[in-house]
Amino acid sequence: MGAQLRVYKRRIKSVTATKKITKAMEMIAASRIVKAQRKVAASTPYATELTRAVTAVATGSNTSHPLTTETENPTRAAVLLVTSDRGLAGGYSSNAIKAADQLTERLRGEGKEVDTYIVGRKGVAYYGFRERKVAEAWTGFTDSPSYADAKKVAAPLIEAITQETAEGGVDELHIVFTEFVSMMTQTPVRNRMLPLSLEQAAEESGTKGEILPLFDFEPSAEDVLDALLPRYVESRIYNALLQAAASEHAARRRAMKSATDNAGELINSLSRLANAARQAEITQEISEIVGGSAALADAAGSDK
Amino acid sequence: MAAELHVELVAADRSVWSGEATLVIARTTSGDIGVMPGHQPLLGVLESGPVTIRTTEGGTVIAAVHGGFISFADNKLSLLAEIAELADEIDAQRAERALERAKADSDAAAERRADVRLRAVAVR
Repeated sequence: MGAQLRVYKRRIKSVTATKKITKAMEMIAASRIVKAQRKVAASTPYATELTRAVTAVATGSNTSHPLTTETENPTRAAVLLVTSDRGLAGGYSSNAIKAADQLTERLRGEGKEVDTYIVGRKGVAYYGFRERKVAEAWTGFTDSPSYADAKKVAAPLIEAITQETAEGGVDELHIVFTEFVSMMTQTPVRNRMLPLSLEQAAEESGTKGEILPLFDFEPSAEDVLDALLPRYVESRIYNALLQAAASEHAARRRAMKSATDNAGELINSLSRLANAARQAEITQEISEIVGGSAALADAAGSDK
Repeated sequence: MAAELHVELVAADRSVWSGEATLVIARTTSGDIGVMPGHQPLLGVLESGPVTIRTTEGGTVIAAVHGGFISFADNKLSLLAEIAELADEIDAQRAERALERAKADSDAAAERRADVRLRAVAVR
């Protein structure tokens, strides 16, 4: 076998192996999307009921709470960025990071200091490489986050927001994550989670325009609100983590599908090249044989 | 037809139980409260403990609720809890073992969780 043909054969073999891997990853991601979507659906009733309750307390009583009232001059903001732990998901993490960068830029432009909190190894690596300050980071659960993970993430954020700004607390809390729109579309979104905007909350729970009854609070409106808001933040973060996980799997599935398709094309064109090389080899051998025999015949003819 | 109210018991990651009931008894931070159809709108903070639901069929559903909220409006009652389990789902022996382990490790949160589970089983 000629040297060139051997090189082609070797490349075909390696691309075939890669294709097998990407195909397997595509299939795994596809099966996980469904699971992740189911988790999003399962967490929805809790989130909706909680949002309803928060809206009810905040509108039904004239209590003011640090988490629902906007500060006059917000000077510090916290941004929670949700990325993935693993790569090979196309532009999934970098899109989320880009969205967070834009948000940070905007907040800085408004004269606010920004504390960054990160979920996922990719975001941590991005910020680490650029030596940017990260307030806190969590990794290891972006594939299938549990409610306990959401609680872990929410705890320092709630603490920061309840603290006075002068003592290192923050006035606003933003979250950047990738929303799962459909199997084909996932868009990074930037939401302000706190202070709570009631119209937005009402829209999310689908209760916009609905007249909420006058509730009797047990023990008191303040206490209920105090207990509700941390849970509200946790459930919002939980929902964001779940959506991000579903988006991650969808993005990975798409990236792996195009990788598999590419590998297939590459194999096709390589085997054409290999065929051409083999043919060229054969042609050359034949012409060598013909040439050789002609030369022999010539030599035999001149001897006579 | 007897008056009934619709109950939704939801945990953070799933819907635990839903159905029609005639009476729901839960423990709020200011004491036990019983909600019957036509109660005035209510929003309260729950203590960890068992919740009793009398269904319209005459049965009783008991659930262990670990903190959370009770909200009632328009004859619809929702019980929200981070963790909620039906008493039938709880493995009493496992909860007992967990309680002992928690006591040994002096893990207050785990001890409370196991205790709530056992109390729910005891009511059953």
